[in-house]
Formats: sequence, C-alpha cells, structure tokens
Amino acid sequence: MPDSSKQIRNVSRRSFLKLTGLAAGGLVLGSALPGWQRPWASPTGGNSELNLFISIAPDDTVSIICHRSEMGQGIRTGLPQVVADELEADWQKVQVVQGLGDKRYGSQNTDGSRSIRRFYDTMRRMGASARTMLENAAAQQWQVPAGECKATSHRVVHTPTGRSFRFGELAAPAASQPVPGDKDLQLKGSDDFRYIGKPVNTVDTPAMVTGAADFGQDVSIDNMLIASIERAPVLGSSIKKLDDSAARKVRGVVAIERLDGGAEPPLFHPLSGVAVLATNTWTALKARRKLQIDWSDSDHLGHNSDAYLEKMQQRVREPGKTITDHGDVQKALASASRDHEAVYTVPYLAHATMEPPSATAMTTDSSCEIWACVQDPQSVQQHVGNALGLEPEQVRVNVTLLGGGFGRKSKPDFVIEAALLSRKMKRPVKVVWSREDDIRHDYYHAASAEYYRAGLDSDGRVTGWLQRAAFPSIGGTFSAGVDHPAGFELDLGFADLPFAVDNHRSETQQAEYHARIGWLRSVANIQNAFGRCSFADELAHAAGKPADRFLLELIGPDRLVDPSQGDYKYGNYGEPLEKFPLDTGRLKEVLRRTAARADLTLRGDQQSGNGEGWGIAVHRSFLSYVGIATRVRVQDNRLEIMEMHAVADVGLAVNPDRVKSQMEGSMIFGMSLALLGEIRMEDGAVSNSNFHDYQLLRMHQSPPLEVELVDSQEAPAGVGEPGVPPVAPSIANAVFAATGKRYRELPLKKHLSIG
Amino acid sequence: MQLIINGATHETDVDEDMPLLWLLRDELQMTGTKFGCGRGLCGACTIHLDGRPVRACLTPASAARGKAVTTIEGLSKNSDHPLQQAWIKHNVPQCGYCQSGQLMSAAALLQDNPNPTDSEIDRAMTGNLCRCGTYPRIKAAIKSAGQFVNAAGGNEDA
Repeated sequence: MPDSSKQIRNVSRRSFLKLTGLAAGGLVLGSALPGWQRPWASPTGGNSELNLFISIAPDDTVSIICHRSEMGQGIRTGLPQVVADELEADWQKVQVVQGLGDKRYGSQNTDGSRSIRRFYDTMRRMGASARTMLENAAAQQWQVPAGECKATSHRVVHTPTGRSFRFGELAAPAASQPVPGDKDLQLKGSDDFRYIGKPVNTVDTPAMVTGAADFGQDVSIDNMLIASIERAPVLGSSIKKLDDSAARKVRGVVAIERLDGGAEPPLFHPLSGVAVLATNTWTALKARRKLQIDWSDSDHLGHNSDAYLEKMQQRVREPGKTITDHGDVQKALASASRDHEAVYTVPYLAHATMEPPSATAMTTDSSCEIWACVQDPQSVQQHVGNALGLEPEQVRVNVTLLGGGFGRKSKPDFVIEAALLSRKMKRPVKVVWSREDDIRHDYYHAASAEYYRAGLDSDGRVTGWLQRAAFPSIGGTFSAGVDHPAGFELDLGFADLPFAVDNHRSETQQAEYHARIGWLRSVANIQNAFGRCSFADELAHAAGKPADRFLLELIGPDRLVDPSQGDYKYGNYGEPLEKFPLDTGRLKEVLRRTAARADLTLRGDQQSGNGEGWGIAVHRSFLSYVGIATRVRVQDNRLEIMEMHAVADVGLAVNPDRVKSQMEGSMIFGMSLALLGEIRMEDGAVSNSNFHDYQLLRMHQSPPLEVELVDSQEAPAGVGEPGVPPVAPSIANAVFAATGKRYRELPLKKHLSIG
Repeated sequence: MQLIINGATHETDVDEDMPLLWLLRDELQMTGTKFGCGRGLCGACTIHLDGRPVRACLTPASAARGKAVTTIEGLSKNSDHPLQQAWIKHNVPQCGYCQSGQLMSAAALLQDNPNPTDSEIDRAMTGNLCRCGTYPRIKAAIKSAGQFVNAAGGNEDA
C-alpha cells in the first residue's frame, strides 16, 4: 500500500511540473524522489564537482549544496540563488541538495539570523570560482585566451566568434582546472545580478503543497521502532520507582527503556525519562499513559513562575551589578526636573514549532546515522558522538526540512535520545515528541523583569537613563553558577543603547535558573526591546511630545555608536562594527518611515478606556533596523489589532519576497508573544500542555500586515529575527494611546481579552 | 478493516481506536497529513471524510469505514487544485509543516462557498495554526483560488 501512494505522488508531481510550467530537475529539487530516502547529499551519477558546493552533470543540471537548515526562512532558495547568479547558471536547471553535517562547509549552525550575512560573500566566491573554471576549460578546448570566454546563462560563449559550450559539456574538463585564487575572481556588479535581489520562488513550495515535503517527523526506515518518552516533569529529577507492567501488556509494545538524565548544568543532555518503544506511534503513546513512575525530588521543586517574577520585580528595583556606566547618572537623576520609572515583565515562552521535535537514529558499535529536523547538524555530530563514544565524523547527519525551528531545534537533546535508544535496541529508532512533550520540556525563553528610570529636563529632554535587567541566563544551561544575565544577552538591545544621553548606566540583578533556558527567535531582544521601547514611549508622554519627535531627539545626531566600555565588550552579533556599524542615521530613517505609517495624534478616551490608537517602536537587532507601527482598538476591555506595518532596513535583500515573508511572520510571532504567550511553572513543573493553554495567534486575530523594505546596498544583515522585538512594545504603546492605560506585563491577555 | 483513501482501497490490520492520523502516517506512509498536537487544536492533520474536514488525530480509523477519506495527497489528481496553484502563486508556505492542513480546510470551505468573505475565511480557518505566520498569504490565496473553483467546480477526486 505504501507503493500505491508513492505511485500516485510521483504521477502527481510529473503532471504538476507540466502544469506549473516548472522544468523537471528545476524547482522541485530532489523532492521528485519518494519519501525520506532521497539522497540528500549524495552526488547524482556522472556529476563533476567544481567545488564543495557546486557540481554539474553532463545533462546541464547544476547541483548546489545548501549547508544551512531550512525552517521556513527560505534559505534553500536564498543561498543557492546567490551561487547561481555568480555562476551564471540558469535557475531552471539548478537542483538544491541539502548538505550533510560536515565541518568542511564552515558553520552550519542555523540560528542568529546569520546564514545570508555570514555566507553571502562565500557563496558569491563559490559561484564565481566555478564560473571561472568553466570559462578556463572552454578556453583550453578552443585554444583561445580565457579573457575571450564568458559564461552567460548556462553556456560559455567565445565572444569573438559566438560559438559556445553548454555547462554540461564543460563540467568534466572544468572540474580538473586549477581552483582560482580569490584575487583571480571577478565578482559580478550589482547591475548584472540575475537572481540576487529578485523574489525567486521558494524551491520547496511545490512539494509542500502536495504533502510530499519530508520533515523530521516524516522519516521512516525499515525495521524502525517508534519511541515515546515520559520525561521527568521537574528539571533535575530522576526515576525513583517505575512500574511498567501495564504498559508492557499493550499489543505492539516492543520494549520499555530508561534514559538517565545528566547532572546539571543541563547542556543538551536528554532529560531523565522512560521510553516506550513500539511498532507504531499510536501504540507507543497509548502504552506510555500506563506507566507508573515516581520521580525523585529536585532542587527546583519549589519553583513557581509567578512568585519568581514577583521576586525579580523586587530585585530590579535594588542596585545591581554595573555593566556600563557613562557620565553621572545619579547626579543627572537628582537634578532632573522630572523623574520617571517603570518595571516591565515578560514570562517564560516556549518555541512551539508546528512540528514537534523528532529524530531517527541507526546506531551500531562504530557508527551512527541520523535523520532529523535540526538547526545545527555539526552540533549533532559532536553531542551524539560524545553520548555514544564516537568521533563526530562517525556520526552521519541527514538534515530533513524543519517544521519550524525558532532556536528549539538547535538543541540536540532529542537526537541524543534517539541515538541512545537505537544503540540499546540494536535497530533504528525514531523518537517522536508529542505536543505535550514539546510544551513541557522545552529550552524556555527566560522569564524577565527590567527596571528603567530616566530624568527629563525642563524641555522634556532625557538627561539620565538607568536600566537594570534580571532574567535567568542561557549561560546557566551550559555552566554551573551563572546567575546573572550574561554579556552576550545584554548585547541584544540592552547595553547597546542608541540614545544621545550623556549619563546612562546598565546593571544586572541576580536570577537563578530553574528550567532549561534557551534562545528563542530574537532572544533577549524580546524583553529588552519591550522595556526600552515601551519606556521611551512613556517618556514621550511625560515630555508631552509626539512619540516620533521625542524618539528622534532621543536618538540624536547621525553617528556610529560603539557600546563597549571597560570590561563590557559589545558583541555586535559576531560581526565587526566596521562592516556592520550601529548607525543611528539608519535607525532614524526607519523611525521616520514607521511614523509616517501611523497617526500618532489619534487618542482614545482615557476615561472610558475605549478607543483606537497607534503605537510605534523601532529597534536594531541582528544588524538590521526594524520599525513597527500598530493600530489597535480597545472596547469593553477587548483588544483588537486592526493593522500592523513593518519598515525594515536589512541591507541588501537577497530575496525581497522572503524578507517580506519573514517580516510578516515576525509580526505574527511577535503578536503571539505580546498578546497570548505565557509558560507557567508550578512546583517546578510546567503547567501548560498544548495549544489550548499555550495559545498562538490564530487567523481571525491576525490583522492586515504591510511590509516596507528600505532599498539598500549595505551588506546583507539579519532577517529571520529582527522583526520580532519591536512588535510587543508597538502594541503596548498603541494600547496606551487608545486607552491611557500602560501595560507593562506581558502577555496582554492578563489585562485585556484578545479579539 | 477496509478503507477507501484517495479513491484506492486499503486493507489494514490495526486497532480500531487507532486515529486515522497514525494509520495514514505509520501504516500507509502517507505522511502529508501532519502531527501537530494530537488534540484537535492545531489543524495540521486536517483531512476530508466524505468531503467534510475532520481532524485525523481525533478520528478513529473505524469511523472511516464505508466513507471516502481524502488526504493532501489526493486533494487533486494532478496537484493542480486551484488552491495548490494559488499557494504557489502567493508563495504562501514558510516552513510548510501546517500547509497540508491549511489546504484541506480551505478546500472544504471553497467547496461550499467559492467566494468567501474575510470573516467566512476566518471562521473556516481559525482551527488551523501557523507558527510561521502565513495567515495573510493564506487568506489572499484562498480568495484568488475561489474564482477558479467557482468557474470549474470542485475537483476533489475523493
């Protein structure tokens, strides 16, 4: 029966190509092979490799390796688009091949909005290098100077005579050409770009609309068992007593195995748990419910997220550890004609990727093969290798499509589970996380409290700015004893203050971890931008100025800011400030355009708390500048988002349509967390379990969205994350405009019903 | 148990309480129908039972006996359902995981109502979550596909 379904699917796809006018071997890219078994990175027969990323077949098919993981950002289109452009390949003859985990590619860690900005130049050089080799090969065939041979649209033409070779004809001789040095490469001018900067369609879409696209949860290999794992509800707790007699009696259960949790720090260790292994998922899930487990006590049993946030709110009002200190804040505050302070909180958040984590492993004594939805296959090689006592090179990692990532799938705990269980069972094992597993055993976005205080002079200008943050650091997941926000988290929209204020100080306060803390789309920028951009709006109101005018004054003159001071070294998302400066001119331009989309004079009725209002927020993160303008309506305590606009300066947009789609997605992701998102912990355990109590924005709550991209030739910067941070403050600011009420606690559903 | 899925007859030997979701995915390797929540809360597993949208994760296999089951793989014979074409035209998917369910819910909507209003679309689609945030494009694609369904009639081959 599997065969009949595959037959249907193959027929469908062929017709599909015909009907959509897409050339075979072009845009469906490997999905023409049935099921998971497609050789993600195996070279097709007769291909000649020109370099690590490019091979060409005699039939002209150009295979381009995408070494970064696809999770919806469109990277399997974007990076190959860059290669194909410099190569002068015809996109219709390009096939994208997903790279295995392999350190030769450089970093494959697909997070931090890094893929394009880190690899744009590399991919251009790869394309240009292969193009040069094709041109040199043609010159040799014709015995003419290489300068007379020019690659254009999948052929190399001898310019004086007009004769030409197809790329396929040149593939073999080109592969034996010497690889040109970087200085011998001629990169294309931007006027000659064929694909860069164009909205090329996503290569995986045709497979996605027919159900043919393969995700980690879809992997199926012969003789495979499915594992569903009951994990310790509280971090640090382990199995005290297990009665699995009832579970073992369920028809189809093959084995029940214990997994030992590691000692803290949590790292990427699997959690303590009991795995039910069965021949199908349903049986494993059903039998798992019959397990009787007593869990041991843990130091985190007393953790209660509401009480924890209360405590953090008190702590941030007390002096903390100084990170940066410019001018004399105390004096500025003491001599200010107005003084304003506020505390903002954001709760724990879960990633809730639509595809719950899943990994399949086949482990032998000397090797392990993995098929999984992972953001960082090299990290999988390393950590699975450690867990099994193998070298990273002995772990082969096939990367499937990811049904969402947002940072969750760069933590390979779920892959290690599969690898260990496969070793125990001596057969392939697929670990399937349920939604409940995903919500209850995530690496959570940290719960946070932030304190802000500023002084204004009699003209309503800010003379002093004090800010203090408390949240459990991601560092605590990796090192014992980390109990303050770490420098790299203060880089994310906190200590990188872009304001022209002479006196400002950043401090941190103590915050211990009680759960696995991880990075979630835009990371600490979420709480940092919520605090900073809400507080700036509060100050504008206190100063009696429109938000845009106040912000323009606050940001001050066009200049490049270097936030480093003393021991605090600003990370700038891992990039040099020379290449990616913190440029207040670009921030202000985004601000002006954002404000132009809003009516900041619109004010609701402060008495009744009803009405409409606009809010704006602008924020630089991941080296990009994004402004959000939001119009809300509040009536009878019910909040409705009426429309939302994003203005984004991301430098050069390699694929403008995918940049726009990332901004649309960021707005919706941002609305989910601003309005609805809250993970609660009681007695150390997560009390949410599924989408009824960890809610995401639904279509009826999703307003019309507009995206404006600033036309830029600056170096391409981050795209996947920078749209998220300004969303929540723009909404809170709009609610204030509409009602006169300032909400400083997320999510807003704590205060308002969400329409 | 005998089931008719996408027009083909399948013999299966599974527990009657096994949800169609797992029958499709684990037993028949028809993995286009996705596992998202297992509780009917996200819509990723939406299929049609006699043309009506149901959540495969909550529908026991036995409930499909004698009924026509349609999955994303059978939405159209030639992958050319107006919605599939519109999805490509609007470049709707991001990660793609929820899109099978979105398409199946949308197809059921258009079958009844080829020219849905915004609020009718909201009502029909509100059970389908998309974490990537493709809602505006889904809405636009449904509207543009509706015109074709109107002209050609539904083309589900259940």
